[in-house]
Amino acid sequence: MLATLLRPHAGDVRVLGSSIPEQSWQVRGRIGLLGHEPLLYRELSARENLRFHARLHDVADERVEELLVGVQLEHRADEPLRSLSRGMVQRAAVARAVLHDPELLLLDEPRSNLDPAAVELVDPLIGAISGRTRVICSHDPGGGLAEADVVLGLRDGRAALLRAAADVSADEIGELYR
Amino acid sequence: MSAAAPETRTANAAEGVAGTPAAAGTPRRRTFAVVRALLRKELLVELRTLESVPAMSLFAVTTFVVFHFALNRNTVDGDLAAGILWVTLLFAAMLGVNRLFVADADQGGFDAFLLAPVERSAMLFAKALALLCYLVVLELVAVPAFGLLLLGPSLWHGLPALVGVLALGDLGVAAIGTLVAALAVRTRARDLLGPLLALPLLVPIVIGGARASSPLLALGSQGEPAARWLLTLGLYDLVFGLIAFALFDFLLED
Repeated sequence: MLATLLRPHAGDVRVLGSSIPEQSWQVRGRIGLLGHEPLLYRELSARENLRFHARLHDVADERVEELLVGVQLEHRADEPLRSLSRGMVQRAAVARAVLHDPELLLLDEPRSNLDPAAVELVDPLIGAISGRTRVICSHDPGGGLAEADVVLGLRDGRAALLRAAADVSADEIGELYR
Repeated sequence: MSAAAPETRTANAAEGVAGTPAAAGTPRRRTFAVVRALLRKELLVELRTLESVPAMSLFAVTTFVVFHFALNRNTVDGDLAAGILWVTLLFAAMLGVNRLFVADADQGGFDAFLLAPVERSAMLFAKALALLCYLVVLELVAVPAFGLLLLGPSLWHGLPALVGVLALGDLGVAAIGTLVAALAVRTRARDLLGPLLALPLLVPIVIGGARASSPLLALGSQGEPAARWLLTLGLYDLVFGLIAFALFDFLLED
């Protein structure tokens, strides 16, 4: 819903100050989404995929090359995505999510399939250091808490916890799901 | 090093690397650029997978062979020839229609497109153009094969007019096929729903195409298709082109 891909059934949703879905068009292009699916075509290479997304977001090709180097995929950038490892695909997906320099990043388990070296590699793009507003979904309370300002814990689809991260412990979050 | 730290990212934006529009210009030019990118992607994926066009072409040629034995005739002409040609092309086209949005639905292409600040109709145009390309390739294989395997009269005399009739039929199939494929692809029964919705809508194209082609495929043909059937096909294309344009945004967003 935050990505404007789903319509709310009830209530009022505002993303980056715009009402969803009425003003969804105002926020598209300002959001970067990194979910379970990489949103990349398996038969195309990382470079072809990123160039395709660059056209959709009206971004210059130089940015594609810059990001391929940034996620260290430049040497495998012309191979079809289906021939790359899950970790490499995730790195390409990270590059895709930040290609248009979004203000808001929506990240669902962003470090899945990434080894520690790859996590360090993508951190400047999607980590706290990126300087972007981020909404992170994580099943790792400790890891999520470490880089959060505000924590929202959901239980049965409803907000069971909404507090500043400094006032919440990982155990407290873990309790929600027991 | 471009895994940009915040200051680098800001600098990039200031220098216009990430933020510089690649296709700056009017919204219409931007939409053309997006259509071109979508079409290029579509054709690249098809070239790599060869999932649609070879299957469509092989289906058409095989069907002509089946007709040859089923009818127990060496040659056909006139109404029968036109009927066989158009029915075969229709079912072959359905193979392409059914697969038109599969990669987008299965690999997140829809979501990626919806996240981009672009005209939704760009996808309609790109997909319809891609389907049109598939149909042209199909006909480049199927029509000569039909001429060799089944057709009695020479194809040569009526060929220019037949190309025109086929082009009118293709436009309608592309518009209806794209609309129906977008509707069916996000359902569980997409392989069933696509043909179920498309075939009734495509029947008038088969009727119009067959009636217009019939004189071209008759013995002693002078190569003149009936103008009223051409007009019917043209109007049908126009109506469904407009319907597809009006509905596509809602189909994609909802």
